[in-house]
Amino acid sequence: MTIALPQRGAPAPRRQVFVATAIIGAGISMLMAGMLAMWMKFRAAAPVRESSDGFYMIKDWLPESIKIPEVAANTMFVTFFVACIMAQWAVYSARRDDARHRSMALGITAAVGIAIVNAQIAVWSQMGIGVRDGAYQSMFYAITGTMLVLVAIGIAFSAAAFFRSVGGRGDDMQVVSAHALYWYVLTGINMALWFLVYVQK
Amino acid sequence: MTTIDTHAGAPAGSARPGLVAAVANWLTSSDHKKIGRLMVGESIVAAVAAAVIGTLVALERVSSGYSIFDGDATPQLLALFRYLLVFGALAPLMIGLAVAVVPMQVGSRAIAFPRLAQFGFWAWDLGSVMVIISIAGNGGPGGGNSDLVDMYLLGVALAAAGLAAAATSVATTVLTSRAPGMGTDDVPAFSWGALVGSIAAVLTLPVAVGTVVYLYIDHTYARVAFGGNKAVADHLHFSMTQPATFVFAAIAVAVLADIAPVTARTRQPLRAPMLAGVGLVAAGALGAVTQSQHMLSTDGSTGDTVRSAIPYLLFNGLPVLGVLVALATSLFVLKAGKPRVTSPFAFSFLGTGMVFVGMLGGMVQNIEAAGLSGTAFEEGATTYVVYGAAMALVGGLLHWAPKLWGVTVAEKKSLPLAGLALLGTVLSSFPNYIAGFADQPAGAVDGFSYDGPAGLWNGLTAAGHVLVALALLAAAGALISAVRSGQRASDDPWDGHTLEWAIPSPAPHDNFSELATVMSAEPVLDAKPKSEVSA
Repeated sequence: MTIALPQRGAPAPRRQVFVATAIIGAGISMLMAGMLAMWMKFRAAAPVRESSDGFYMIKDWLPESIKIPEVAANTMFVTFFVACIMAQWAVYSARRDDARHRSMALGITAAVGIAIVNAQIAVWSQMGIGVRDGAYQSMFYAITGTMLVLVAIGIAFSAAAFFRSVGGRGDDMQVVSAHALYWYVLTGINMALWFLVYVQK
Repeated sequence: MTTIDTHAGAPAGSARPGLVAAVANWLTSSDHKKIGRLMVGESIVAAVAAAVIGTLVALERVSSGYSIFDGDATPQLLALFRYLLVFGALAPLMIGLAVAVVPMQVGSRAIAFPRLAQFGFWAWDLGSVMVIISIAGNGGPGGGNSDLVDMYLLGVALAAAGLAAAATSVATTVLTSRAPGMGTDDVPAFSWGALVGSIAAVLTLPVAVGTVVYLYIDHTYARVAFGGNKAVADHLHFSMTQPATFVFAAIAVAVLADIAPVTARTRQPLRAPMLAGVGLVAAGALGAVTQSQHMLSTDGSTGDTVRSAIPYLLFNGLPVLGVLVALATSLFVLKAGKPRVTSPFAFSFLGTGMVFVGMLGGMVQNIEAAGLSGTAFEEGATTYVVYGAAMALVGGLLHWAPKLWGVTVAEKKSLPLAGLALLGTVLSSFPNYIAGFADQPAGAVDGFSYDGPAGLWNGLTAAGHVLVALALLAAAGALISAVRSGQRASDDPWDGHTLEWAIPSPAPHDNFSELATVMSAEPVLDAKPKSEVSA
């Protein structure tokens, strides 16, 4: 026997891409939060030693010979905000049905993402450390490398949204919104990473 | 009003697909029912494998005088046992059932992002194979083969990422693809549990992945921060014990919450507390993400005790309270209605009871003064939760078998298996509670004298694991036998309340030919003539 139920037309899916991006954003936030928590735990557990001038005690965590390239790190930090502005510009253009600006904004977001990758590689090369050199070094590469993978996913998202837009499928507002959300999440994560890894070290 | 009747019979004269085409169809299908069944099927195999390994480990502990395996093999077996219990059986069983059933329950034609769910299944599958191969080659935690230890770590990360991907698909389905009129407060109990459990899984599994990334980089290149092979088990331990296991137990508890009103042939009068109870079980996620077990310490001042009691109660107590509420509301609905004894209810009720005992064990284990941390007590709590959840899952499979396979399993075959599974779960777990008080270590075989009563406890544990394996195999066999017999189930054999019972058995590829408007939490019960509604 089948059951009679009141019928209605098919509902429009409720922002599936946006909701899924929000859930994935929560997941990657937890990924990086867990890694940052371990970073802080290891840093707190590092032994204390006397400074080279003998005046004060310092944590034996960041080797003395390693200098964080602040210019490259801060440039990368600021570039994330640029990516957010570009992604939001794409949302603004999509709301106004402005296909040209929407495509341009999405393309620039992808380019800004590549600039972030460039900045991260600059940080690595200027630091001149090897992943085998010690605990700090291996953990530094692990956490910044994971962040770089997330940025690469963001670039792929921007590129996909860009090609959809150029190909005339830009009427799908939620993809552009989800794309912006992903970059906002990445920027939030990077703020925490920048403060804990590059500022507090 | 419209009648939903979409029996998708094969066209007359159509040829059956060849074996290769059929296998390819199964392996590449985006049908959520096929993806879910693949996941559930493989995880039942993993659960049986875990029970077999549990038997071998318990036999190894029966006496100090003899040894089945050499010294290097037992830590590897224990590592595989723990992996199979949590990542091989518990998590994919729950997420797999959710993938298969949730879209039908919420009135959706498909799961959201079916390719993501499919990717999740394959990633978990490949990751699990990598873990098994690496442990078989002495590459598990503490293993001697460094390359295979790296592969073990990659396997764990891949499996966790796959489970998180499938969980994302489930959660998105509940949040975005509900039938017209179905608010979040009208979501069926199982789908609610799947939503809560999936979101909790998406929040906890990436934390394990992050730990694996650190371990992998350190193990491959430096081996200074984490201490090489020996430390792998210590750092990943949090993801394969309590309270991380509670995250997936939420979905098991939701199976009972869904089946109980159907068994009682009435509506759940305490629906809100029941949903809250299921939600509380997933509060274990809060503890899991901190990567530690929160102990209750009574050694210091009153202030210190209170400070330790707050996280202890939050992370250990809330899930226990949640299961208690779910059990209580299930009993209440039985009292309010006209219950009948069915095998799905027996499996899910007894299984949830076992989960409750395991969670209580988790609470006791985390009382510092009891001195049970790191003992076999912890293994007992884990097996209680995992085998209990697996029992509830079997209940769910029997309940939704008409929609997934188009059959019902004869009660006389399936009902006694609930008793067998209960006996197996108690025997495999409770002796470890006793062994814990005698300081028998967890995760190790050496360093303890197994002569005297310890041999008896471990012998009983071995027997329990055997019974669990037999019960799972027999349940799977009964299901396969029902499918092979070709006896088709009716569309609504349990007198169900929710949307999946309004479609034919087995459910057609797209579930619903026309979407209905939902006006309550029990839309199918609403649509039945009053004379058919018993209470």
